[in-house]
Amino acid sequence: MDYSPILISIRTAAASMLVTFFLGIACARLVAGLRSPRWKMILDGILTLPLVLPPTVMGFFLLYLLGVKRPLGRFFLDYFGVKIAFSWGATVIAAVVIAFPLMYRAARGAFEQVDENLIFAARTLGISERKIFWKIMMPLALPGVAAGGILAFARGLGEFGATAMIAGNIAGKTRTLPLAVYSAVAAGDMESAYQYVVVIVAVSFVVVVGMNWLAMREQKGKRR
Amino acid sequence: MSLEVSIKKKLGSFSLEVDFSTDSGTMGILGASGCGKSMTLKCIAGIETPDEGRILMNHRVLYDSKAKKNLPPQQRQIGYLFQNYALFPHMTVAENIACGQRTKGESILPLLEKLQLEGLENRYPAQLSGGQQQRVALARMLASQPQALLLDEPFSALDAYLKEQLQLELLTLLEEWGKDTLLVTHSREEAYRLCQRLLILEQGRPLAMGETAKIFQNPVRIQAARLTGCRNFSRLQRMEDGTLQAVDWANLKIFPPASPPDWATHVGVRSHSFQATPISQGICFPVQPLQRLESPFEEILVFASGESGEVLWWEVPKKDFQGVPEFLWVDPRELLFLRE
Repeated sequence: MDYSPILISIRTAAASMLVTFFLGIACARLVAGLRSPRWKMILDGILTLPLVLPPTVMGFFLLYLLGVKRPLGRFFLDYFGVKIAFSWGATVIAAVVIAFPLMYRAARGAFEQVDENLIFAARTLGISERKIFWKIMMPLALPGVAAGGILAFARGLGEFGATAMIAGNIAGKTRTLPLAVYSAVAAGDMESAYQYVVVIVAVSFVVVVGMNWLAMREQKGKRR
Repeated sequence: MSLEVSIKKKLGSFSLEVDFSTDSGTMGILGASGCGKSMTLKCIAGIETPDEGRILMNHRVLYDSKAKKNLPPQQRQIGYLFQNYALFPHMTVAENIACGQRTKGESILPLLEKLQLEGLENRYPAQLSGGQQQRVALARMLASQPQALLLDEPFSALDAYLKEQLQLELLTLLEEWGKDTLLVTHSREEAYRLCQRLLILEQGRPLAMGETAKIFQNPVRIQAARLTGCRNFSRLQRMEDGTLQAVDWANLKIFPPASPPDWATHVGVRSHSFQATPISQGICFPVQPLQRLESPFEEILVFASGESGEVLWWEVPKKDFQGVPEFLWVDPRELLFLRE
């Protein structure tokens, strides 16, 4: 069995989780803080879109933006000498785009569940907005935010459609576990496909159970 | 030390329009839920923004719609005690109090001592009783060195038993502290016990403002009388012979003997003002009992005033209750003369 898809997948999922985590928190904070309900609705719609669109459509958009002959792709190639499409980086970009809504929605839900009176109280006590976010909002929203991060990791691990479009299926370079399963089955190599499936199911299961364990511990903490 | 507030804000179906100032001591805002009293506090604290108007504290402008000035809550130095106390659940008592400190690093021991919180420093809010939570919230607020205090229904989350104990404690604390306090409540007892001055709000508009005792004595407006606990009302009608009758109390003659002011359109009697009597004399109601409510120390009798009359409420301490009397008499001086 070729182990490279496992390594590539783990690296991709980890890198994309890192990016998604902070991007998701930033966007959640932005949207949760918006005053106009209309803008909130519209922005939320745009940020959630990758969750409901077929991943191939998101891949199509990415290709459209970052393809070598497209303006943005050409810009990176000409000025930084970086070819984004069909590189390992592209697998990360695809996973970030697809997993982002999970992180963003989890974080937003967690922030909005923090009793707003706590925020108001903190303001009247003279605590700065920055400190309110890090000392009050974040610790109270952490379980939800962490759950979002874990979900984002699992989703990044399973990303197929957008990855295939923008990163391709280059063995040892952009072939992640889901793509390896697809390629193995296409080549009639059921033995390898079976092994990859076992790995991906095992990792995903551990991650989801880990998340539940976190949630359970949090519940117990509340009954202190 | 004073707050000057003059603001307007649209609130759903009505608009809040208040205009008042405080001068030392505690001022109460009394009103039913949703009358705009909490919103008034939030506007003063800077949590909400009024549509227009001005808010000044000790002549410092906190908000002025004309000058486009709106200080953030952080710079207003106004303490706000929330109904549910809004303690930070992930911080200990000590951390909660330190969080509010304006001068960082100062010892919180004097505050702990003052509010009888010694020994609880390392507890989390969820491990405290309601009364202790309130004291922590007060300590946290005082640590931020506010120039005025806003208390939003401070006792609504507490058991009846604790309530009175804490009212006494708060009264002492506020007297010692000696700065302006604004207390919002829907309880007339709280308003009467804790506030020297009172503003009564209904649907965002002030109904009455002034010394608490005077407002309870002479509420002037029917709605204000109702909020101060008066239950029995009747319209007044001037008859051809110059007398005044209470239309809803089976045309009971009010003038003479009482002499209501010219503007009075209604008359009210507090349910505690009635006195039992066997003979009809002066302002007297024949009693036809309808229902009886018994509490541990009080007897409440609901009765009809004559054939077509409205229902009236009589409340009497149990020890003074000797069965249903034939008549109930009211001292004319205890009648409330009101208008709408």
